[in-house]
Amino acid sequence: MSTSMRMLSLFIAVTVVFGAYYLIANLFFRTDAYIESILIFAAINIIVSLSFYLPFSAGLLSLAQAGFMGVGAYMSASITTLWKFHFTVGPLDLTFFIALLAGGILAAIVGVLTAFPALRIRGVYLLLMTLAISEIIRVFFLNFEYTGGASGLGGIPPLTTIWNVYVALVLVVLFFVRVTKSRMGRAFESMKEDQDAAEVMGVDLTRHKVVAFAIGAFLAGISGGLYAHYALYIDSTNFGVFRSIEILIFTLLGGYEIYAGPIYGGFYLTFLPEWLRIIQDWRIIIFGGLLIVMMILRPAGLISKEMMSLRYWRSTLANLWKPRVEA
Amino acid sequence: MFLQQMINGLMLGSAYSLIAIGYTLIFGVLSLLHFAHGEVFMMGAFFGLYLVLLFKVNVYVALFGSMVITAILGILVERVAVRPISKEFHLAPLLSTVGVTIILQDAATKIFGGEQVGFPETIKIVNYPIGNVTVTSVQMLILATSLFLMLVLHLFVNRTRLGTAMRAAAESGRTASLLGVNINGVVILTFGVASALAGAAGVLVGLAFNAISPFMGVEMALKSFAIMLLGGLGNITGAMVGGLILGIVEVLSVAYLASSYRDAFAFGVMVMILIFRPSGLFGAKLHGD
Repeated sequence: MSTSMRMLSLFIAVTVVFGAYYLIANLFFRTDAYIESILIFAAINIIVSLSFYLPFSAGLLSLAQAGFMGVGAYMSASITTLWKFHFTVGPLDLTFFIALLAGGILAAIVGVLTAFPALRIRGVYLLLMTLAISEIIRVFFLNFEYTGGASGLGGIPPLTTIWNVYVALVLVVLFFVRVTKSRMGRAFESMKEDQDAAEVMGVDLTRHKVVAFAIGAFLAGISGGLYAHYALYIDSTNFGVFRSIEILIFTLLGGYEIYAGPIYGGFYLTFLPEWLRIIQDWRIIIFGGLLIVMMILRPAGLISKEMMSLRYWRSTLANLWKPRVEA
Repeated sequence: MFLQQMINGLMLGSAYSLIAIGYTLIFGVLSLLHFAHGEVFMMGAFFGLYLVLLFKVNVYVALFGSMVITAILGILVERVAVRPISKEFHLAPLLSTVGVTIILQDAATKIFGGEQVGFPETIKIVNYPIGNVTVTSVQMLILATSLFLMLVLHLFVNRTRLGTAMRAAAESGRTASLLGVNINGVVILTFGVASALAGAAGVLVGLAFNAISPFMGVEMALKSFAIMLLGGLGNITGAMVGGLILGIVEVLSVAYLASSYRDAFAFGVMVMILIFRPSGLFGAKLHGD
């Protein structure tokens, strides 16, 4: 293992430990409103990054996640704000849960509708098509007067709390842990490596592509619902191209080989602009520069698949201070 | 009325064409969606504007100056954000050009301000009535300049050695390089030419709409994707015609249908093309993954 790789591993280990400490400390012992808001946005960004990662892990690049997020946001906000829907079972208030679920399901339906034209195309064509669909969704909401049109939808009740957002995140992550080891996860992986070979081996491409799009869109819809009930105001510009690209950046900088990548990327890239606040004026330019440098130095993202094993970390930490032996 | 709209659409479309040609040139040679190309276009508009404001040059000099500066900018982008990146992972160069987009947009906001600005009245606007349609001198300038540039490009690509090298590299970079084409040189040339065209388009659009802002690039980039698909990825003639078609369609849709859906048209066209004819109206070789 090269020195730079060891340094990178050390950097990742330190940031992960620090991040976990930070999160737990703020969840249980401190309630700083500002940090809490960043933590909530971080969780929402992680969920939507994972929603991008799922179809991506099957070799399907979708830049429509921002559009799906918009569908989920508008749907759930309509339920709680426009229709004033309330649903309680005994002492439990399930309004928000049902609103989120409805947003996710509608987004999944739109995702399936997107998947069908996307079945035949790959690569750059798929990228452009999903981008176009996302923009069509955005322009639709821009013109849809029922949900506020160009002036947006405001007055959404503040139902998203740091607790339900992290519960949702944990559920999503558990889902990914399961799916990676499942039959479906292996099918996705083979599709990513080589679609034609996967088909020859008996993977039903149509079914798996539609399912990947649907689940991805569902998760994006959920994250949209969470976003809407925290931001309390949404309009069509929230779900434009730049949101899709942001999601892409979270995933690719974090690492696209394993679901830990988008988690890492989503979390730290939400915090990074806040930490860069010290250098105020230059932070956007630094962010852009960082993107270029990362693509030159480590295009596969920070977290790689091998980092998911305990053995990797044991050997890395054990060899950390040993001088490299030249062969 | 209809004829007038057609002419307006043609003006708008010819500017679209110039940008889309740049996209398609770069895509042809590198199979890369150069996301920052829209930002090069935006910078071109500002360069032209500031040449006029600071040096009081006339429009033609500003146009030429802006083309030179954007060509240099484009080559710089290639050197910094495209060449150092390995092509193993096809999204890496795309993402690094997104980085360039972010940087250029923020830099433009810092240098030129986030407000919408317009060109000072440098050329006298004269209306030429032809039958029952009116053509302004600005529109004539835009149409003439873009047609001239497209003609020059067409001759360059099809009639010169360098143009042949460029087409060869677009066909297959590996083979071209084996046959003695300097691929690096061709890539630099392509970026230079494409960016110069975008710079020219920037000045022309600035003149036509009197609204230059740091955020005009992204929208144009997305429209250019649609045009590129319409004409077929990598097909230069296709991009020219595609630009004109989209310009006309947009103007007509504003005139006869709902204007707020104008931007959706480009994307609707994109989806339709991808479903029914992914090689575009004028054909192109299909790119794999």
